[in-house]
Amino acid sequence: MAVTTTTPRAVTWEMTRPPRSLWRDAMRRLMRNKMAVASIIVILLIALLAVLAPVLPLLPPVIYQSRPDDPGGGGTRLPPCIQVGSLSLCGPGGNTKFLLGTDASGRDVLSRMIYGAQVSLLVGIIPVIIVVAIGLTIGMTAGYLGGRVDNLLMRFTDVIYAFPDLLFIIIMISALRGTPLYDIMDGLLIIFISLSLVGWTGVARLVRGQVLSLKEKEFIEAARAIGVPTWRIILVHLLPNSLAPIIVAATFAIPGFIITEAILSYIGIGVRPPRPTWGGMVQDGYSNINAAPHLVWIPAAGIAILTLAFTFLGDGLRDALDPRMSE
Amino acid sequence: MTTYIIRRVLWLIPVLISVSLITFILMHMAPGGPWDREPGNKQLPEATIKRLNREFNLDKPLWQQYLLYVWGAVRGDLGPSYQRPSKDVSELIVERLPYSARLGLQALALALLVGLPLGTIAALRQNSWIDYVALFFATIGVAVPSFVLGIYLILFFAVGTHWFPVVATNWDDWRSWVLPSIALAASPAALLARLTRSSMLETLRQDYIRTARAKGLAERMVVLRHVFKNSMIPVWTVLGPITAGLVTGSFVIEQVFSVPGVGRFFVAAISQRDYSMIMGSTLFYALLVALGNLFIDITYGLFDPRIKVNK
Repeated sequence: MAVTTTTPRAVTWEMTRPPRSLWRDAMRRLMRNKMAVASIIVILLIALLAVLAPVLPLLPPVIYQSRPDDPGGGGTRLPPCIQVGSLSLCGPGGNTKFLLGTDASGRDVLSRMIYGAQVSLLVGIIPVIIVVAIGLTIGMTAGYLGGRVDNLLMRFTDVIYAFPDLLFIIIMISALRGTPLYDIMDGLLIIFISLSLVGWTGVARLVRGQVLSLKEKEFIEAARAIGVPTWRIILVHLLPNSLAPIIVAATFAIPGFIITEAILSYIGIGVRPPRPTWGGMVQDGYSNINAAPHLVWIPAAGIAILTLAFTFLGDGLRDALDPRMSE
Repeated sequence: MTTYIIRRVLWLIPVLISVSLITFILMHMAPGGPWDREPGNKQLPEATIKRLNREFNLDKPLWQQYLLYVWGAVRGDLGPSYQRPSKDVSELIVERLPYSARLGLQALALALLVGLPLGTIAALRQNSWIDYVALFFATIGVAVPSFVLGIYLILFFAVGTHWFPVVATNWDDWRSWVLPSIALAASPAALLARLTRSSMLETLRQDYIRTARAKGLAERMVVLRHVFKNSMIPVWTVLGPITAGLVTGSFVIEQVFSVPGVGRFFVAAISQRDYSMIMGSTLFYALLVALGNLFIDITYGLFDPRIKVNK
């Protein structure tokens, strides 16, 4: 016998289980994924330290610190500090003033790590926002209008796509670094610009594909039939329905940007010293790798942990937003 | 098929023109001429700069410079290096190419030798501990940048154990090549393993596999002849992006391990602001990646009989 909506049973059933939205479902699945939750905690922790850096009781990250063994520096000689050339350098641990030791210029490694996290997080997040904005605009336009506009925009995307990313970014920065743009935010601005200009192609292709398949669906046709203006169709119908894969793609783009910035700072065309960055710290410490490996492994670990966390978060989001993808 | 190949080869032309045009414009946007010395140093006399500009066609209008450059590039002449005017950029690239090529090919071979079997085993033993270990390493390999991995390899196997040199000087010694090749191979190996695994799992679900098993074919034959062969088609397409990854990865890995290859030279050219060298290397790299993609696309059409490419 068919159960009708008027039977009391159906009513109680509806009351005990309120309808769940797609997003709440996804959230629940994400929170059940241990790696994803651990990654969120790690990212929030690093972000918290980075944001609170100015108020934390840290030694200044750029200014040379008088070391414990400095004559007149106030303290007695504390192990384990070693002599590198004319400088002395402290290793991690065993020294309460410098928890993670100092670098060859006597700067506190812990403080530099925390200030460096600011750069890595900014570089991970700001270009992603720009990339999604550009990718959405171009992908939506190409997918919705179709025809010649689509063809033109997609050929343009293909050309950008054919250019190896890192190569494009490197030549853009080497061209722009003599300009006044490079003075803004220690060179961070042109890193944001070049990462964004190169990175949007993936999102654009994704959005275009989504729009192409969505716009043939009945609900879009219905909306068009009752005279909903185009901008409203795009904003209210197309955008929310293509959001899930964009979120996943954006999350996976973050570690790529963090790595690229680290590489740029490592090869010496990234963020300008003395502003501390993890890639720059690796570069700085590299010449003393035998005597003071901590100057290299600590920042390298920072890069690895942050990129891993974003990758696991991306994996978790993909599984949560599109359960069909998970095996 | 022939028309597809021709179309695909012709597509190289707009790509290379755009790449060279973008690079050319960017290099000319860079402030300061190629003969400027770092501020604080003695600048070259005005007359010398004029003579140099005339010699290198820099006094001509931009569009003429560009056409001259492209005409040279087509014949393999990328002009002289601004920092070392006695040498040609093409000469310098060819000189260092053997090192980069060896590193890249070793890394590619290693990535295939590790990635494919790892992905295959993981798929065949899905949800076993082997699968989880393989997936874990594959995720790490994809997420951890190659230069961070290279640094840890140096810390453990050169600084810590002295098995391999920290700074290699003798590149005829095989030991110098071990760590850089592993560092460069890790991320493509991980990518290949992940892709092979998911592609194999997809194939294993197909009806024809069930049929092959039902007719009593030995499991080994099922896996080798049916599953593996069919799973390799999507894996093959990722070799294009992998080539691009090896090229850009080589900039950093050559820097970390001081390999005297094209990548290290390219990075040096950037810090010396040797614009002709930067432009020449960029074109060279773009051509390499474009040819790699072309090769993959064409062979893909040949391998997969389902693909009709005559549209």
